[in-house]
Amino acid sequence: MKIEDKHIDLWSKIGSRATFGMSLLEIQKEFQKLQIVTSDVSTSAGLDRFRKTYPEKFTDVGISEQNLIGVATGLSEVGFDVITTTFSPFQVLRCCEQIKNNLGYMKSKVTMVGLASGLVLGTLGFTHASIEEIGAIRSIPNINIISPADSLETVKSVYASLKQNKSTYIRLTGGQPNPKVYNQDYNFEIGKAIKLRNGEEIAVIVCGARVKDSLDARDKLFENYKKNISIYNFHTIKPIDEKMILKISKKYKYIVTIEEHNIIGGLGSAVAEVLSSVKENKSKLIKLGVKDTYPPGGEYSYLIKLLNLDSGSLYKQFKKILNI
Amino acid sequence: MKSFNKKNISKFAKNLRKNILKMSLSAGAASSHFGGALSCIDIIAVLFNNVINFNSKNFKKQSRDRFILSKGHACLSLYSVLKEIDIISEKEILTFEKSNSFLLGHPVKNFDKGIELSTGSLGMGLSISMGIALGLKKNKLKSKVYTIIGDGECNEGAIWEVALSAPKFNLNNFCVIIDRNNFQQTGLGTEILNLNPLKDKWKSFNWDVIEIDGHDYLDIFNSLIKPSTKPKIIIAKTIKGKGFSFSENNNDWHHKVLTKNQYEEGIRELDQ
Repeated sequence: MKIEDKHIDLWSKIGSRATFGMSLLEIQKEFQKLQIVTSDVSTSAGLDRFRKTYPEKFTDVGISEQNLIGVATGLSEVGFDVITTTFSPFQVLRCCEQIKNNLGYMKSKVTMVGLASGLVLGTLGFTHASIEEIGAIRSIPNINIISPADSLETVKSVYASLKQNKSTYIRLTGGQPNPKVYNQDYNFEIGKAIKLRNGEEIAVIVCGARVKDSLDARDKLFENYKKNISIYNFHTIKPIDEKMILKISKKYKYIVTIEEHNIIGGLGSAVAEVLSSVKENKSKLIKLGVKDTYPPGGEYSYLIKLLNLDSGSLYKQFKKILNI
Repeated sequence: MKSFNKKNISKFAKNLRKNILKMSLSAGAASSHFGGALSCIDIIAVLFNNVINFNSKNFKKQSRDRFILSKGHACLSLYSVLKEIDIISEKEILTFEKSNSFLLGHPVKNFDKGIELSTGSLGMGLSISMGIALGLKKNKLKSKVYTIIGDGECNEGAIWEVALSAPKFNLNNFCVIIDRNNFQQTGLGTEILNLNPLKDKWKSFNWDVIEIDGHDYLDIFNSLIKPSTKPKIIIAKTIKGKGFSFSENNNDWHHKVLTKNQYEEGIRELDQ
């Protein structure tokens, strides 16, 4: 898939949700058997144009998520490349047993895109914000989990998921605009973490919209103290890049995981599981995220700050760890 | 035109019941869902004897009709018919519920053995069936989807999501049969969660509804071949445990061990 720089700018402006729907207009050219199945969210997923242009490739089952996964499974069984989408809590938890039986146990292949996950819908409350679903889906065998760092990585995740043969859950985070982590096209592979900055003492393992804030905090640290720390974009939470974690555990004093998710069950847990089996682990793990609680609701920027996950708070925490 | 031959169906149904007896006996202490398999076995007998385009020669082809047993606990009926149409062997059915067998107490998807889906978590098979019916139409195939659900299974909300949704897609290739045996695991449906008026419910969801005697071969045959412009649902009034005096309408046989004596009695009753 050819990606032009002007698209990257546009996608960043419109955010990951709208990017997802818009990019499918391009992606469908390469996948003749593509089917998009939704639960009454076409406009929320930027799919309105797709729905009108390719009605034969678009199925709306209404607000019924159990049926969403069932119908998607059936379409997959007769040879279609199927993408489902709705808001993250409904895409995963509402139909979790269908995901288990159909995609996990029976291995039917469906790509699920969870919209507006993490904290971006905080003003709507925690019926709609989503901080648990990675934990639920991570315990189901045979399903990949990707949390793209920006809008470009969203497109690359959808494309890569369609190109391989396992079911995948793609967790969209971040608002609109969705600041760029990548200014140009790059090599993306499911399960392969990407080192974005090289440094010492601290390795930050981060996913989703928190990548950009981690980079900003790191750059400020460098600017003010000439101190370099490493930032790793762990876009794939499952299969987790064990090799990279092992490598990191040998090199750094501290590993800091950062995510818009409960610290139980998410990226931090996945990293901890790998570290627990490392024989001589020299690094200390610090897990940043939602600390197993439902915070008060509120605007995205408010919540991110409240939970100490914004670039300013991360900067302070990095400083504290380094005793600066 | 599909033809109806009562004598052939009767013989076929008898063999299916014999297979069920054999598997139940062979399962031993593992126990089996005996009653719910027998309530839908006459429907399966007619479906596979005369109606469905699914056989040992075409069962791997995309153009085949699909049979989905959404009430997966009744899998004795599925394995029994797959044996009778020569897709699985006598030796294989006797591994039922044994360790490492591919024939467990709920069907496990197995393309090479004619098992379309892993079903048994109630309500889920119907939804996948609808997706398959939709996909077959999108693929411009004439294949049909025949799905058996239980009346107990209709307690599940997921069933009603499909009820609401399927008519939107004009799925005239989708035929659902409700095995209306009136019982569910712990007793009478009317006492646990009353579905009545069941026919009116499906009618109001805009399905083509047919009510039949689920043990009358001609009734079953006519309802299965009746053309429809909408998704079709056949409410088949059945008897749980049908075919053996000891199990008919006796809900103890929902999930029970078959003894050697009962097996022999069953064989005697079939041969009478």
